[in-house]
Order: sequence, then C-alpha cells, then structure tokens
Amino acid sequence: MDVSVLTLSRIQFALTIMFHYLFPPLSIGLGGLLVIMEAMYLKTGDPHYEGMTKFWTKIFAVNFAMGVATGITMEFEFGTNWATYSRYVGDVFGSALAAEGIFAFFLESGFLAVLVFGWDKVSPRIHFFSTCMVALGALFSSVWIVIANSWQQTPAGFHIVGEGLRARAEITDFWAMVFSPSSMQRLVHTVIGAYILGAFFVMSIAAYYILKGRHLDFAKRSFTIALIVAAVMSLAEPISGDLQAKKVAQTQPAKLAAMEAVFQTGSQPTPLYLFGLPNAKEQRVNAGVAVPGLLSLLAYGDSQKPVTGLDQIPGRDWPPVAVTFYSFHLMVWLGVFFVVLTLAGLYCLWRGTLFEKRWLLWVFVLAVPLPYAANQLGWVTAEVGRQPWVVYGLLRTSDALSKAVGAGQVLGSIIMFIIIYALLFAVWVFVLDSKIKHGPDEVVIPPTVTAHSGLFGIAGLRAGIGGASLTETDDVKEEE
Amino acid sequence: MDLNIFWFILLGVLLAGYAILDGFDLGVGILHLVVKRDQERRVLMNSIGPLWDGNEVWLVTFGGALFAAFPQAYATAFSGFYTAFMMLLFALIFRAVSMEFRSKDNSAAWRSFWDVSFCAASALATFLFGVAVGNAMSGMPIGADMEFQGTFISLLHPYALLVGLFAVATFAMHGSIYLYLKTEGALQQRIHGWMWQTFGIFLVLYILTTIFTLVAMPLATHNFREHPWVWIVVVLNVLAIANIPRAIFLGRPGYAFASSCATIAALTFLFGVALFPHLIYSSLNPDWSLTVYNAASSHKTLAIMAAIAALGMPFVLAYTSVVYWVFRGKVQLGKFSY
Repeated sequence: MDVSVLTLSRIQFALTIMFHYLFPPLSIGLGGLLVIMEAMYLKTGDPHYEGMTKFWTKIFAVNFAMGVATGITMEFEFGTNWATYSRYVGDVFGSALAAEGIFAFFLESGFLAVLVFGWDKVSPRIHFFSTCMVALGALFSSVWIVIANSWQQTPAGFHIVGEGLRARAEITDFWAMVFSPSSMQRLVHTVIGAYILGAFFVMSIAAYYILKGRHLDFAKRSFTIALIVAAVMSLAEPISGDLQAKKVAQTQPAKLAAMEAVFQTGSQPTPLYLFGLPNAKEQRVNAGVAVPGLLSLLAYGDSQKPVTGLDQIPGRDWPPVAVTFYSFHLMVWLGVFFVVLTLAGLYCLWRGTLFEKRWLLWVFVLAVPLPYAANQLGWVTAEVGRQPWVVYGLLRTSDALSKAVGAGQVLGSIIMFIIIYALLFAVWVFVLDSKIKHGPDEVVIPPTVTAHSGLFGIAGLRAGIGGASLTETDDVKEEE
Repeated sequence: MDLNIFWFILLGVLLAGYAILDGFDLGVGILHLVVKRDQERRVLMNSIGPLWDGNEVWLVTFGGALFAAFPQAYATAFSGFYTAFMMLLFALIFRAVSMEFRSKDNSAAWRSFWDVSFCAASALATFLFGVAVGNAMSGMPIGADMEFQGTFISLLHPYALLVGLFAVATFAMHGSIYLYLKTEGALQQRIHGWMWQTFGIFLVLYILTTIFTLVAMPLATHNFREHPWVWIVVVLNVLAIANIPRAIFLGRPGYAFASSCATIAALTFLFGVALFPHLIYSSLNPDWSLTVYNAASSHKTLAIMAAIAALGMPFVLAYTSVVYWVFRGKVQLGKFSY
C-alpha cells in the first residue's frame, strides 16, 4: 500500500467534500425559507413578499448550480479514488444512491427550472408548488446521503460475503440499513444545521441592507422571518446534538472518547472539558477547564458511570484525537453563540429596538461565516472521529483505495481541483456580491410612487453606497 | 428475464435518455462560438437554460445506478480511467458554471472567456463520452483482479478517437436541429444551413465508424451474428438517419428532431447489443471481463432498486414532461434569462 496515494486521496476527498458542502446546506436552508416567503405572498398578495421571494430565488439558483457542479465530483470520486471501498459498499449504498437520484435530484432540478425561469409562465399556485418541490428535493438529497454515511458509521442490515480482499457487504434488510442506529439522529442534526445556516445567510444580507438604509421594507421582513427560524433551529440543535452524542457513546465509543479527549476510563465519573488542549502523546489534556461528572451524565444519563476511554481501544484503532476534539468543541461553542445571538435578536425585536441597534446588526452581518464553520466542523468531527475506519469496524480507510491509481495522477487532479475551485469560489463571491449590490427589484405601487421617481430613488441610493462591497465593479444592473 | 438483464436495460435507458436530452445541450455548446453577436449567443444559451440542469441529472442517475447495480464495473471503470474521468468532470463543471456566470457581468472579456469555456467544455465532454464508448467496444486491458492495467494514452487508440469525433458530430447535428426549433428570424435562417452542414459531417463519420466497427471490432458484431433480429434496429436506425434530411428538406423540423432523437436512441441500443453481456470487456483474457453477472450487486439489492425505480420513474417522466411543456416554444430573452 502506497502511503502517499492514501494521503493524497484523503486530502483530495477532504478538499472536494468540504468545498462541496459550502453549498448544499444553503440550498436546504434557503429552500425552506423560500417556501415560507412565497406562502406569505400567496396568503397576503403583498408584492413585497413577491419581490422578496424573487430576490432570494436568484441567490438560491446560483448556489444550487455550484452545489450540482461540485456534487458530481463526489459521485465520481467514490469510484476514481476509492474503488475498493466502492466494491465493498456498492451493494449497500446502491439502493440509497438510486433513491437519491430518482427521488431527490430529478425533483430538485426539474422544478428548479420552473422556480427560476417560470415566474411568468405558470400560475402563482403552480409556482409555489414548484418551490415546495425544490425545497423538498433538497431535503430528500440530504436524507439519502446521511443514510448512506450513517451506514458507514453504524453498519446495519447487511452481511459480509467473500474473504480478505474480496470481502464485501451485501444487504440483508433494506429498512435496517435505512434506519441504522445513528441515521435519524444524524439526519435531524444535519438538517437543522442547514436551516441555521440558511437563516443566518438571509439575516446577514438583510442586516447589511438595513445598515445601509437600502430596501428597508424588504430587508426588515426578510430579517424577521429568518431570525425566527434561526432562533427556533438554534434552540433545537443542542437537543438533537445531545441525542446524537448519546448514540455515539453507545455505538462508536472511540469517537466519543476522541471528541472529549477521554484517555483513561478510570473508576470515577468522567468530567466534561469546556476548553482544553489535548495531548495524545502524553495522553492528557493541558490547560483544561472541566465540569466534574458532566460527560458521564450527558453520555449515559448517569453521573456516576465512567465513560469508556481510549485506553480501552487498541492503539491502531484510535482516531486522531486533537482534530476530533477541537472541531467538536468549536462546533459546540458556535452553537452556544447562535443561541445567545438569536435570543438577543428576538428580545430586541420584541422590544421593537432591533433595527436601531446598529452594533447588533453588524454582528449579524459578520456572523455568516460562523454557521458555515459549524456545519463543516460537525462533519469533520463525524468523519475524522470515525478514522481509521471508512466503514466503522469493517473496512479501514487505508484498504479502501483504488489499486489502479498512482500518486502522480492524484496529485495532478488535486492541483486541478485547487485551481478550478479557487476560480469557482472567486466567481461565486463576485456573483453573490453583484446580486447583493443589485438588491431586490423595487416594488412599484402605482398611486404613491411613479416608476420614474422610483428609479431615481434607486440611483440615488446606489450613488450613496460603495466601498463596503467585496469587489470593485460598480453598477451591475442586469440586462433587461 | 433476470434482474441483471433488467438493470442492464435500465442503464441503457438512462444512457439513451441522457444522450438524447443532454445531447442537444452539448450540441448547442459545441456550436456556441459559431454565432458572434452577444444577443445571439444569449439566445443559444437560453435555449437550453432552464433544461440542461435536469438533463445532466440523467448522467448523475446513470452513474448512481451503475454504482448501485454493478459496483465492480463502476469501481474498475472510474479508477482505471482516472485521468479521463477527471477531465470529464472538469469539462462538466466548466460547462455548468459558464452558463451560470456568463450573464453576470457586461464586459466583453468576461463574456468571451465564458463563451470559449462553454464551447470547449461541451466539446471535450462529448468527445470523452465517445472515447469511452469506443473503448467499451474495443475492449480494455483488464486483469484477473478486475483492475485496469493500461494507461490513459492507451485509451486514445484510433478507433476510440474516431468514435469521439462521431459523438461530437452527432451532438452538433442534434443541437442544431434543436436550435432551429427554438429560434426564429434571421438567426433561424442561418441555423438552417448548420443543420445541413452538421448532418453532412455526421453522415461521413457514421459511415466511417460503421465500416471500422464491422472490419476491426469482431467483439462488437458477435451478438449481431447470434441474434439476427437486431438487424431490424440497424434498419430502423438507417431509416431514422435518412429521415433527418428528408424532414429538413420538407420544412418539418419537428420530425427531423424526432428522427435525430430516434437515431441517438438506436445507436445507444446497438451499443448495448454489441456489449452484452459484458460491461467491460477484457482484451487480455475474455474470462476476466466484467459482465452483468460477475460485476453485479446481490439479487436483493437489484430487486430493491427495481422497486425504487418502478416507484420513482413515473414521477420523473411526468414532471420532466411538464417542465418541457412549460418551456415549449421559441426562446424569449427576459428578466429571468441568463
């Protein structure tokens, strides 16, 4: 086994999956918000909600295209870089992938056409139906992917056929595979994370408009809807996280031990580290602040029972402790921050002072990278914490590689990916920035505002801003 | 009919669906640089604007179904042809983002960059599909362990290159007929000329490829000797091809497009016949080939997936038709266009 092929393939997979996962959570989260916005439009007939839905649809479309383009990479990569893994899991994953293609992808991309291009081609009700189908499709794709990934974490409903290098998993019970011990908890946690991200994304742009005094009516309404969603979801996430961590304690003790840097099992209740610097070599946590017995309580619901430590796990089966510990703890603290921030926002909204509190709005503007980070860190915890296994307890990552691929080929494709993804990212930021600068189309209500003065109004506003954008282009008014 | 054969056929249906639907998208991309004016290029892009994404899903689903039904073949092909698949991937990514990003800025340099990228990516992806078909027909060096033993360069033999060019010509013709249906006025008049030109190139390459296959690809013709009834499809294929110029001449582009779809479907079918029961034919030792039996998932998985497909495909076909119906008619550049 060539170590460099392994390292390079892992780097490439991490690079491409993390880049890809910038986009799906926004598609899922924003998709849900679009359904709410368009439902408000249908219910009230208020053109402000129509303008709002149209604006966020444009952002959704760009994001969705990025998700599709980078998602095909993932489907290819299982075969190109992890052929042995593909042979091993193909029989089990097959049904999940087939279901994803047929139920999710066709649904999303078919109705996306109507959502984006169909405003004046179909009735509002049919359009709303399409929006719901796109949001549902985005949700479905997360369902099947998380099911497949959960099977790698907690395999169920299968038996092993063949021996040694020829061994592979074959499905025995489809529903046991779908509802593998961890799948539903993980799915809920993933989807809530996506809704938090979508809501923070909307709040960031809306708060920016409020601060700049642009599109005020649009921005305040968007912000309010997103804030409520963000608060509910941020409160729900720790509960779902707790349920999931209990499952990890039960099914993947090595991962939990790494997440919490539990090196020795001991006979005392296990403390929970709020902070700390784990040192795997010396098997201790430096500069740690711990709450006695809390981990035992959280993991088992029993504050006396010691948590299984890494001393119970053979050294060759240890996951990397530091990465797992840091990513997990950072994610948790980010989650705490989301709860505090959204509750503060809700309180100010209730008091009616939210939109005057400029510093708080700036926090919302700048907070948008944090839910992205939290989503990524959660997956890092899940995937790095599963190492050295690709299928937990069954197939090692180092055995899962393609045999026909050399280090040079992988290095070449990594370089290509870095170039292309850097370009894509730059262009994505540029396009997003131009959409944001352009803003929603102003709602023109004939008796009060004429189209003429409305246009001058916008032009005046445009001239007033500038500088704060991410790129240097000025007026990027779209054609037609 | 056992489930292995059922899934072989279903993969063929997905492949044909992809080739017909994304075929005209890729064809439009290949022809994109022929028009020079910005407004005309926008018409070309927007003729496929709302549809290409859904069409590409046929490929994604084909890939997923291959992984699911025949994981050994998926693993062998994707790892063995690593460089080719990476190139295909980059082409598909560029094709997608070129359309998405071209209209986002007005500068001429920005737009011509994405125009060239759109055309090159479409042509490269099509060419690679053709090369893949050519290699499947000729067989590849597959060892007893089901692993590919050749190199990327060894995939680029003359027959594969010819099929690659044939694929480009086929999609260009298919795309030009599609464009003729979707455009009007002076642009449509010019596209009328393209239909004849691309058909001419297609016909020459069709004849060359057929002769090369009959003379030098004994594997590909084996099933035709065993099962003479498949010659009916060959005849239908020839009739469909012959109907393309006839329909263009008679001014019935709809029939020409239907014939072009039928041609692609027939070619995919013949490709399947030539291959069956192999998925990847080993040129080192026929016994090492990957077939629909030794490369397949278990009977249970094939059965579950057949149930999923039976449940899902009617919906897919229904709303795909609805979307095509919504976007029927000529391209109109509007507020929501690229």
